[in-house]
Amino acid sequence: MASAKEIRTQIKSIRSTQKITKAMEMVAASKMRKVQMRMAASRPYAEKMRQVIGHLTKANPEYRHPFMLEREAKRVGFIVIATDRGLCGGLNVNLFKTALMALREWRTRNVDADFCLLGNKAVSFFRRVGGRVLAQATHLGDAPHVENLIGTVKVMLDAYRSGDVDRVFLVNNVFVNTMSQKSTVSQLLPVQGVEDRELQEHWDYIYEPEARELLDSVLTRYVESQVYQGAVENVACEQAARMVAMKSASDNAGELISSLQLVYNKARQAAITKELAEIVGGAAAV
Amino acid sequence: MTFHVDVVSAEQEIFSGTAEMVFAPAEMGELGITPRHAPLLTRLKPGSVRVRTGAGEEAVFYVSGGILEIQPHRVTVLSDTALRARDIDEAAALKAKRHAEEALANRSAEVDMVRAQAELVEALARLRTLEHIRKKLGGH
Repeated sequence: MASAKEIRTQIKSIRSTQKITKAMEMVAASKMRKVQMRMAASRPYAEKMRQVIGHLTKANPEYRHPFMLEREAKRVGFIVIATDRGLCGGLNVNLFKTALMALREWRTRNVDADFCLLGNKAVSFFRRVGGRVLAQATHLGDAPHVENLIGTVKVMLDAYRSGDVDRVFLVNNVFVNTMSQKSTVSQLLPVQGVEDRELQEHWDYIYEPEARELLDSVLTRYVESQVYQGAVENVACEQAARMVAMKSASDNAGELISSLQLVYNKARQAAITKELAEIVGGAAAV
Repeated sequence: MTFHVDVVSAEQEIFSGTAEMVFAPAEMGELGITPRHAPLLTRLKPGSVRVRTGAGEEAVFYVSGGILEIQPHRVTVLSDTALRARDIDEAAALKAKRHAEEALANRSAEVDMVRAQAELVEALARLRTLEHIRKKLGGH
């Protein structure tokens, strides 16, 4: 049995760890409220954008933009959104697992992939995995700005335009609720139609200026808005996951402390009993 | 007669409600939109979007550009938050690319490090063997 002093220092160190995890839990909880609000604020744009794109795919323009045309996949692109910091449970691991599964599926069909990475964790993970990284952006912070994403997205769009990649997928975490986050892979390009029954058939927009030029900027913004929404959602997931992970860490630390406390008390009692026995024995001898 | 108007930007919802008329700075000229307008899709120039709600009230929003979608009973203004121009976008793309390339360069440095360490270990082992052999020879 370890000496009482050793156990005491161990308890002390666990207690200070518990303080840290508890503080992190509370910070994550307060941040989560804010990022959830931000997520709600950015949702209308992404939804409206999807609606417009849905209308576009239903309309019958004489011109079809390359972003809307399906072509044979020879190489695919993944935009992966992960967090900058760790200590958020299995959030990133699950995300990477999903990404790798999608990647493996393409590789069995002899299709390789290019990556655009957002977040430190994604960068360090895919550095180990290998694969061609076209662009990356890190330190987006708790409030990602569209400006910081434009560059990364543009690299991928350029690759699509030039025919280097034939599909673009977004890999990100979707915020279900505080306790659960889901990692998903969704196709960004070519654009997939959205079901909308309201619209009558055979109609088209009036395009100002020409469809070719206009659709390019509409579709670019569409992709950007989806990536932005993904980034904002990812931050909310990060905070939620961290809060839960830190809460369980604090609980575990508490359990460990109480069991150690028991051992410590026993050791102390044993020492006292021994000392008493010695004194009694000594007195009897005299 | 009124129709539904949404003014949104990527980072927040700006306006949502009904209106009698909307004025928007389209790229080909200012547009005045009334209900049952033909479907139209256009880019916006920097300028102000005015929404005339009932009773002659007007709400004014500044947009730095964006996209305007018109459906007969619905108008959507998708406003940009960032300043957009071809060369700014290009610069951002280059920056993102450069980050990736730098990381790649760092990785090769790391790989070199690992290889150098492996070589070092091997060299030391060889030296030890040499020493061993020398000692043996000295003993003889």
